[in-house]
Amino acid sequence: MQVLEPGTPVRVKCMRPPGHVRTPAYLRGKSGAVERVLGPFSNPEQLAYGHAADPLPLYRVRFRLGDVWPDAETPEDTLDAEIYAHWLEPL
Amino acid sequence: MIPDPTGKRWHDMGGDLAGPVPGDDHDFALWEKRVDALVILSGLKGVFTVDGLRRVLEDMGEDAFETMTYYERWVASLNQNMLEQGVYTVAELGARIEAVQARGTTYGEATDAGA
Amino acid sequence: MPHDHHDHDGLSPSGHPYRADQDTGLSYWQAMEIAVRELMVEKGIVTEAEVAAQIDAMDARSPAQGAAVVARAWVDPAFRDRLLADGSAASAEMGFDVGPMRLIAVENTEDVHNVVVCTLCSCYPRNLLGLPPDWYKSRAYRSRTVREPRKVLREFGLELPEATTVRVHDSTADMRYIVVPARPAGTEGMDEAALAALVTRDSMIGVGVAKAP
Repeated sequence: MQVLEPGTPVRVKCMRPPGHVRTPAYLRGKSGAVERVLGPFSNPEQLAYGHAADPLPLYRVRFRLGDVWPDAETPEDTLDAEIYAHWLEPL
Repeated sequence: MIPDPTGKRWHDMGGDLAGPVPGDDHDFALWEKRVDALVILSGLKGVFTVDGLRRVLEDMGEDAFETMTYYERWVASLNQNMLEQGVYTVAELGARIEAVQARGTTYGEATDAGA
Repeated sequence: MPHDHHDHDGLSPSGHPYRADQDTGLSYWQAMEIAVRELMVEKGIVTEAEVAAQIDAMDARSPAQGAAVVARAWVDPAFRDRLLADGSAASAEMGFDVGPMRLIAVENTEDVHNVVVCTLCSCYPRNLLGLPPDWYKSRAYRSRTVREPRKVLREFGLELPEATTVRVHDSTADMRYIVVPARPAGTEGMDEAALAALVTRDSMIGVGVAKAP
């Protein structure tokens, strides 16, 4: 899997599987930029069901609050979250 | 029930409207600390991971979040993971809970008698 | 600590240590804890000694550990750099057993204020600071902090200038976060121990600032 450099603009995929995931719904479809690269870490979506897990790059992605919430009171404040590689698409 | 079209499940709370942040806080009881220790030790020993703990907590649903305390939910999830991993059987669990409840009417009596 | 398991008020009629929280009626979930623990011991997963040792280890962790780390970062610029580069390694360097926890330290400055939340559950740097306060696990804190952080901070008595950028950290995965609060004015010449006493738990979550001397 391609490793994204810090600063890369990314969008969180809009997948909606009814299982255990660590990508919050409020960030799906939102765009931000890679703040730093972490990992690799085991895929929690496999670990949660007791299976051997694939290692995945993990990214801290920084979002403008205004890009997450259209009605944000202070749009230039930021929100950082950790997102696994398979949930991200580079823009 | 068809899942929420946004993909949001009950535990996924970010952005919800909610009231003021409560100020309350409490120290943990011995039984709660034991639940915490059993979960952490299970992870360190590779029996199951925190992801398995969370998966069961999430599948327990919102009603459990509203009606059970934090470590009540944890012990229920720990037990579910132990059963899934085959550490003990449902029959062994049933017999043991019955035996524990027969030891006394307080936590102290029930836990001391097993020691 | 009223619930420290070494403390007890006396002995029960059966001669065992007596604790207030053990003297209420046995709940279903308490019975389940006893049953699960005994079965896990019998099946060789854990020992009672390991459970007791794990409880001791968690009881030994407290916000005082984090406060010591922050105070060191305030007085030692090289340590501050190492802390911001690798929070776990820097904490371990001070002798704190953070276990497998991966810690990221984020620093408050004149321009930036950091605050930490976990919207999906209640991830917390427990291996440094001990167990989280109840409000950190509440629906209100988990829901609102990522959407209206300044309103939440105001409820904690913290009003930030408009020019300050608020950075919210949602600990969604494998990392845990500690905020390094800004060093208060008027603390020049104070030693590390005195500085650590100014560092509150809430300031390391980011819902407060360090106390004034």
